[in-house]
Amino acid sequence: MGRKILTEHINVPGIQGYDAYRQHGGYRSVEKALKMAPNDIVEEVKKSGLRGRGGAGFPTGMKWSFIDKKSGRPRHLVCNADESEPGTFKDRYMMEKIPHLLVEGMITSSIALEANLSYIYIRGEYMWVYRILERAINEAYAKGWLGKNIQGSGYDLDLYVTCGAGAYICGEETALIESLEGKRGNPRIKPPFPAVVGLYGNPTVVNNVETIMDIPWIVMNGGEEFAKIGIGKSTGTKLISASGHIRKPGVYEIDLSISVEEFVMSDEYLGGMYSDRPLKACVPGGSSVPILPAELLFKTAKGEQRMMTYESMSDGGFATGSMIGSGGFIVYDDTTCVVRNTWNFARFYHHESCGQCSPCREGTGWMEKILYRLENGYGTQEDIDLLWDIQRKIEGNTICPLGDAAAWPVAAAIRHFRHEFEYHVRYPEKIKDRKHFEYEPWEKVKHLMGSKEAVAV
Amino acid sequence: MPKVTIDGVSIEVEAGTTILNAARKIGGDLVPPAMCYYSKLKGSGGKCRVCLVEISKGSEANPNPMPKLQASCCTPIADGMEVKNMTSQKVQDMRKGVVEFLLINHPLDCPICDQAGECDLQNLGFDYGAQTTRYQEGRRTFDKIDIGDKIQLHMTRCILCYRCTYVADQLTPHRDHGVLNRGDASEISTYISHAIDNDFSGNMIDVCPVGALTDKTFRFKSRVWFLKPYRAHRQCSHEKCNGQVDLWMFGNDVYRVTARKDEYHEVESFICNECRFDHKNKADWTIEGPRKLEKWSVINQGKYMKRTAEVNIDTEKALLLGRDQDRKRISMVAPEEAKKK
Repeated sequence: MGRKILTEHINVPGIQGYDAYRQHGGYRSVEKALKMAPNDIVEEVKKSGLRGRGGAGFPTGMKWSFIDKKSGRPRHLVCNADESEPGTFKDRYMMEKIPHLLVEGMITSSIALEANLSYIYIRGEYMWVYRILERAINEAYAKGWLGKNIQGSGYDLDLYVTCGAGAYICGEETALIESLEGKRGNPRIKPPFPAVVGLYGNPTVVNNVETIMDIPWIVMNGGEEFAKIGIGKSTGTKLISASGHIRKPGVYEIDLSISVEEFVMSDEYLGGMYSDRPLKACVPGGSSVPILPAELLFKTAKGEQRMMTYESMSDGGFATGSMIGSGGFIVYDDTTCVVRNTWNFARFYHHESCGQCSPCREGTGWMEKILYRLENGYGTQEDIDLLWDIQRKIEGNTICPLGDAAAWPVAAAIRHFRHEFEYHVRYPEKIKDRKHFEYEPWEKVKHLMGSKEAVAV
Repeated sequence: MPKVTIDGVSIEVEAGTTILNAARKIGGDLVPPAMCYYSKLKGSGGKCRVCLVEISKGSEANPNPMPKLQASCCTPIADGMEVKNMTSQKVQDMRKGVVEFLLINHPLDCPICDQAGECDLQNLGFDYGAQTTRYQEGRRTFDKIDIGDKIQLHMTRCILCYRCTYVADQLTPHRDHGVLNRGDASEISTYISHAIDNDFSGNMIDVCPVGALTDKTFRFKSRVWFLKPYRAHRQCSHEKCNGQVDLWMFGNDVYRVTARKDEYHEVESFICNECRFDHKNKADWTIEGPRKLEKWSVINQGKYMKRTAEVNIDTEKALLLGRDQDRKRISMVAPEEAKKK
């Protein structure tokens, strides 16, 4: 049984309310942080080795130390609760169950950054979570944890929840800031980075919900204690939202030290494959990260055991590895059609591209149309190469990482499952029904494609 | 002053200059093309991605190359930076890709487009475009909207450079139009079919790199290469307008009025709508002389400096020459003078 940092009190009755939360050690980190020097808190976070939980895995302590404290401008902390990645639902679960932990984390982090005005930006689809957070914030104001002169310390902090209007792109930090300012949610061109010029032109830090929820524990128990959990540079625990063909889907808090095999197969976590069908592929970190075939999921290309850590998951680069991303762990069994799945992801990115820069605006739509053709049996062999060429020209050439996120799943699907794309081209009559792999899994039709091994690009 | 090397040519520029502006100071072939960047408009740039360059050496202090290609219009230079544009195969390759992306939804209606001949996308397509398209799906279309009696909006031709919205933000007292929707469905539009009506709205036509915004008073009147541009000015009563324009004339007829453009097709100063639309009479203007054209510009019709190989076309001579009345119209001589001859 792993350590529980975030989900320790999650099943306590009434933890959504202030009284139960306070009884179980709530807001103690604020009391402690108010007595500490702000830079000491930043040092603690640096020592903890906590990495951003939103997907990119950038060290939080380092991000905090970049914030411009010298200019004398007001600083802001913004919590990114615009969790819209397909496959990721950990933040929603946490905010629903234990909203005061986020409020506490926001206060503690704001003390560290010496910010007097902080925001939680939540996506528009989470309207009920918005109300839960509003209630929690009102309770915190009533008990003197927010507002002027918090607990008689002389420190002021105002915290607001703002609702987005339902755009995935507003989860990108600069687009989030634009949207928070009331503008169209287009990502800004970096540099300048938000740590220098952010919300309303002031230095701003944008952090994921889970990152902020980790802060109270780090303040209470010290960064070194946090760094003891996990392997190497992957410290602490991570929430994984598991879905797909598994026995027990849901949100799990894991130590960043267990193996992928243990996570998928043990009864403590996912409980193995649904109805014992063979594992085909897995997207380990939300729809943006490359898909991994079964043979590369439990073992890396070098033959080592793959662990649930940032480093091990990305071992081998994108050729044979993936990313832990935001922790949206989607498992597929052999009834899944990878082409259809890739088309579905491509459709999502086509719909969510902001339309600002040309490669992403035009390329995502083009990829979706080609994948739609392939999926429905109207594709040609050249289309697969064309798809590869398009994703290559999108990746790395856009303003924000959405272009990369749109290109990676397509690239990985072609890299690892080219034979399935070719099957769609050569046997259009067999794939007319969208459930074709449920009737005839790949293992049964493999012989049709000849003995030739799929050529990796 | 920091020194930057672009394609092997070094120049010293002020700190904070972007790579594109440093390249423009050097001039010549190594200047990256720009579809969305406009030096007169604050905040523009970074969107079209055709100006991507490779930075093979970050700076003197940090000599590592940058992993990704950088948009030259919004990347400031650092001392000792080395930039590769025309010499980098990667950049050329990517630029071809971006041009292909820009062209997949752009209609091939150049033969009826008023912008043809002075279109940045045409130039870019000439340099980097492919002979054939790999795109076989339907091109996107939009519902037509009317944005007033002066400007014609063709949304299908738009490449979403956002320049016109910056014009509205920075030149005019209020903005009536903007970008609606997102992704490849995003379009330039006024909110609920509102007309754009202010003194500087005509500049949207000049900043548009393609034929998405064209002059309604000049629509289908002539091709630009049949007209001769003259530098001219008039005493303009508008405080923000200096009345210095280009007159596009055919004989003694003024066909259209535009702002003066420099070699990168950027206007030198913005002009008011009165100068642009209401003074189509030669008597209203003091003509300074013909405008100097770029060497290879198609507007230099009949005076190509470039030597071309002689081509023998094996067809009836009358077919090539065309009708008499058409040939007269194409000549640069005014009709009344032709009559005298």
